[in-house]
Amino acid sequence: MSGPLLEAKGLGLAIGGHRILSGVNLRVERGEILTIVGPNGSGKTTLLKLLIGAVRPGEGEIRRARGLRIGYVPQRLAIDHTLPITVERFLGLTGAEAGARRAALVRVGSKGLQDRQMIDLSGGQFQRVLLAQALLRKPDLLVLDEAAQGLDQPGIAQFYRLIEEIRSEIGCGVLMVSHDLHVVMSASDRVICLNGHICCEGTPLVVSTTPEYRALFGLGSEGALALYQHKHDHSHGDGATGHHHLHADPGA
Amino acid sequence: MNLLDDFFLRAVLGGLGVAAASGPLGCFVVWRRMAYFGDATAHAALLGVTLALASNLPIVAGVSIAALAMALTVSIATGRTYAMDTMLGVASHGALALGMVAVSLLPNVRIDMMGFLFGDILAITRADLGVIWGGAAIVAALLAWRWRNLLLATLNEDLAASAGVDAGRERLVLTLALALLVAVALKVVGVLLITAMLIIPAAAARVHARTPEAMVVQAVGMGAVSVVLGLQGSLRFDTPAGPSIVTAAMILLLSVNLAGALLRRAGRRA
Repeated sequence: MSGPLLEAKGLGLAIGGHRILSGVNLRVERGEILTIVGPNGSGKTTLLKLLIGAVRPGEGEIRRARGLRIGYVPQRLAIDHTLPITVERFLGLTGAEAGARRAALVRVGSKGLQDRQMIDLSGGQFQRVLLAQALLRKPDLLVLDEAAQGLDQPGIAQFYRLIEEIRSEIGCGVLMVSHDLHVVMSASDRVICLNGHICCEGTPLVVSTTPEYRALFGLGSEGALALYQHKHDHSHGDGATGHHHLHADPGA
Repeated sequence: MNLLDDFFLRAVLGGLGVAAASGPLGCFVVWRRMAYFGDATAHAALLGVTLALASNLPIVAGVSIAALAMALTVSIATGRTYAMDTMLGVASHGALALGMVAVSLLPNVRIDMMGFLFGDILAITRADLGVIWGGAAIVAALLAWRWRNLLLATLNEDLAASAGVDAGRERLVLTLALALLVAVALKVVGVLLITAMLIIPAAAARVHARTPEAMVVQAVGMGAVSVVLGLQGSLRFDTPAGPSIVTAAMILLLSVNLAGALLRRAGRRA
């Protein structure tokens, strides 16, 4: 296989007259970690749902690499209290064998959880089991929607390190949505800043210094940006810096 | 003399057939919170009876068609104008009222309304048994065939989509199975109590089950025990058979919950 894992062109969606996304173009390359950031209600989760095929786009098209296997960690998986299911059985829904299921649990640091009921897990344990499930799909592309939620601060950093390790181990692409700006920015190869449309995109360093990003996340002070030791001194001309800006259209 | 000459034995076998299909399907009804949806579908059965009598179709065919039409209409219309429960309430009770009016308008037809509302399990014929077991086998086979996809779509539709499972299609499978079960269970427990046979055994099975599969097996078991106990009670106390089966299921549900609570208390003390 060659070419991008996933490519979307002119993606848009409106539900009940309410516009959620418009004109989204993006590519996910093999082996890269692409992170989508954006304020609440900016369409991040909807975009992921479009890309995994759970929601049909109103406009535009999505091309997936042939036979693309997706491992998905949804933002919320509310298991109904009436549905009894052990971690072991839940992981079994991927079709993976017992040995692989145990190994996946060990890999995400949740050894020994297999006999527990899914509804009895803590927030952090639950997210790890969801990640194990995604890994058992033998994914070409991992899609994570706020996957580190329910983890404490050290847990979050550890979780994203784990994602990076997994990416190197199995060579999958990673597409994720996150709120944990600082951690994510350092763990990503490329960042897309979304607010109904793509505001800006590029390497974390570049995106974090754009006016659009700073406006969205209220990082007006140079202090917060000093973290990146970077001055906004690059040119915006013809992709010389490997990124581009798509300025907000006034109608949005 | 053939065993099936005994009306009581035919009743038991008919009830067991329904339990075999309503166990697994009932689990999905509980997991997906479709109880009201089941009611609406079941109540459409009376319209199906009218349809069958008016057009000389077999009752099973008329009921299946009406139940399916109702289920599809409700799934499509849901959430458009009214909230889900309002919509289902309208459909469910509207279908019941309309069905009773429609049946009474049929010329030259005298039917036993009570039989359709609460079932007529003691009057099950050999032909009925064939229909019940045939229909139950189709429902069970349908669910077994789609099992993993159905579970995945029930857990989370987005997760299912990411694994290439179309949640809409799985919903359609359940709708089909439900319509078929309504047609099959009509004679056994009647329009009004079909949902009870779906929910009560499944709810009782939830108490001690640790996996979806265990819950299904236990739901079938609970349903089967309810049928046998209910029919025996009906014989002994001369009570209506269908409601007696549902009463037995209720008693089982309460006992299992009570036992569960006692076990937990004992476990805490130990």
